[in-house]
Amino acid sequence: MKTKEYALYPGCTSHSTGLEYNLSMHAVFEKLGFEFKEIDDWNCCGGAAASALSNLLGLALPARNIKQTELQDKPLAIPCPGCFNAVMRAKYALENDPEMKKKIEEVVGFEYQGKIEVKSIHEVLFDNFTVDEIKEMVVKPLTGLKVVSYYGCALVRHPDIVKMGDHENPIFFDELVEALGAEPVDWSYKTDCCGADLGMTHKKISENIADKICGGAVETGADCILTACGLCQINLDIKQTGTNARKIPVVYFSELMGIAFDLPKRNKWWSKHIVDVKPLLKEKGLL
Amino acid sequence: MRPESDIMKEVMERSGQDITKCYQCLKCFVGCPLAPYMEYKPNQVIRMLQYGQTDKILESNTIWLCVSCKTCGVRCPNDIDLMHVMDTLREMSQETKKQYKADKKIVALHEEFVRNVKIWGKLHEATFFMPYMARTLDIIDNAGQGIKLFIRLKLPLIPKKIKHIKEIRKLFKKGYKTKKELANNEN
Repeated sequence: MKTKEYALYPGCTSHSTGLEYNLSMHAVFEKLGFEFKEIDDWNCCGGAAASALSNLLGLALPARNIKQTELQDKPLAIPCPGCFNAVMRAKYALENDPEMKKKIEEVVGFEYQGKIEVKSIHEVLFDNFTVDEIKEMVVKPLTGLKVVSYYGCALVRHPDIVKMGDHENPIFFDELVEALGAEPVDWSYKTDCCGADLGMTHKKISENIADKICGGAVETGADCILTACGLCQINLDIKQTGTNARKIPVVYFSELMGIAFDLPKRNKWWSKHIVDVKPLLKEKGLL
Repeated sequence: MRPESDIMKEVMERSGQDITKCYQCLKCFVGCPLAPYMEYKPNQVIRMLQYGQTDKILESNTIWLCVSCKTCGVRCPNDIDLMHVMDTLREMSQETKKQYKADKKIVALHEEFVRNVKIWGKLHEATFFMPYMARTLDIIDNAGQGIKLFIRLKLPLIPKKIKHIKEIRKLFKKGYKTKKELANNEN
């Protein structure tokens, strides 16, 4: 559906670990004419923790956000794939599992109306603009920048729930990369898991996983890894050790769009990264 | 022990997954990013459930190392969504009185996460990391990461409660029991 007005669920990381995602997403989407209205009094979707401990809690927390969204009649846009996945799981249960629906409604204290549409933020973009239209808006093409797109888990799995097309070989970000004038590079780790919460509990395991993924990116000759997920970003950015391969910057798709649209505020984003992005941008004349 | 134990039936009913269909093709194991670190591999979990060896699984690190990435579920030729089986096993391990000895850190992380959400309605990282570190003494690595984030202004210190926090408290009261509450109920 084509519309520029959305309800927005920012998610807890929008003002903390995903700060540069939030800043760049707003800058880019507002430039494109979108209007977001934050849903009133939203709560945490429960992350991975709630559903790991209790299936019902993991569905009830995002369901309360559905309740809050139903108070207005705009489609819901969600930038964080983790939050998006949680809301979609709750929505799926409410629509396909009558027994669970009853439980969720009882726990949350509402009646599901089933009238809201939920979109990941990249869908919001592609519902309104074709790849060619995006290409036409580019003022500073990312010429010579080689980018591997990292889709991770939450955006593409489970396909019955998130309905994002090919879950083993998604290409929507690669198409965006090409539209921005950069060179999309194919690789083997685009839908591998970043290790999620183990980043806090198991140093060695999460380093191994980050090194495997980042090493795979370096091997292809890529300059940076593109992501749309705050958890993927921080896990790869902070956990890659650079022992077997050079360190590689991990940037949000909205940051690359910000460069391509030549948005003036973008220099504030780079200081939020762990692996320095600036030398790369300087080398490519994109700073 | 009968192959179709009562426990297997319970797991199948609660998870909604028919694990009798598994023919050990090992796709779940091969695709699992955490399998190298698991005591029992994903396919072994299924076989052990079929043989009624649930206690071993409930005590293993396997169920807590699974991060629900869903790779196993989408690749299973028999449409077994192993994530739902793992969810059920995690719930069962909290219901049994057995202390899950295998991975206290992950359990602590999850428990402190939801406790934090119950307090504020949203996640506030600083007041979530602190009790987790105190509880697990997993301090040095995490403090180092915390500092990296803090100097980039990515760890706000002052938490903000949502307006209708009572709704969240009610949601928790009706929909979630901590391990302690579950144990108290049994006594």
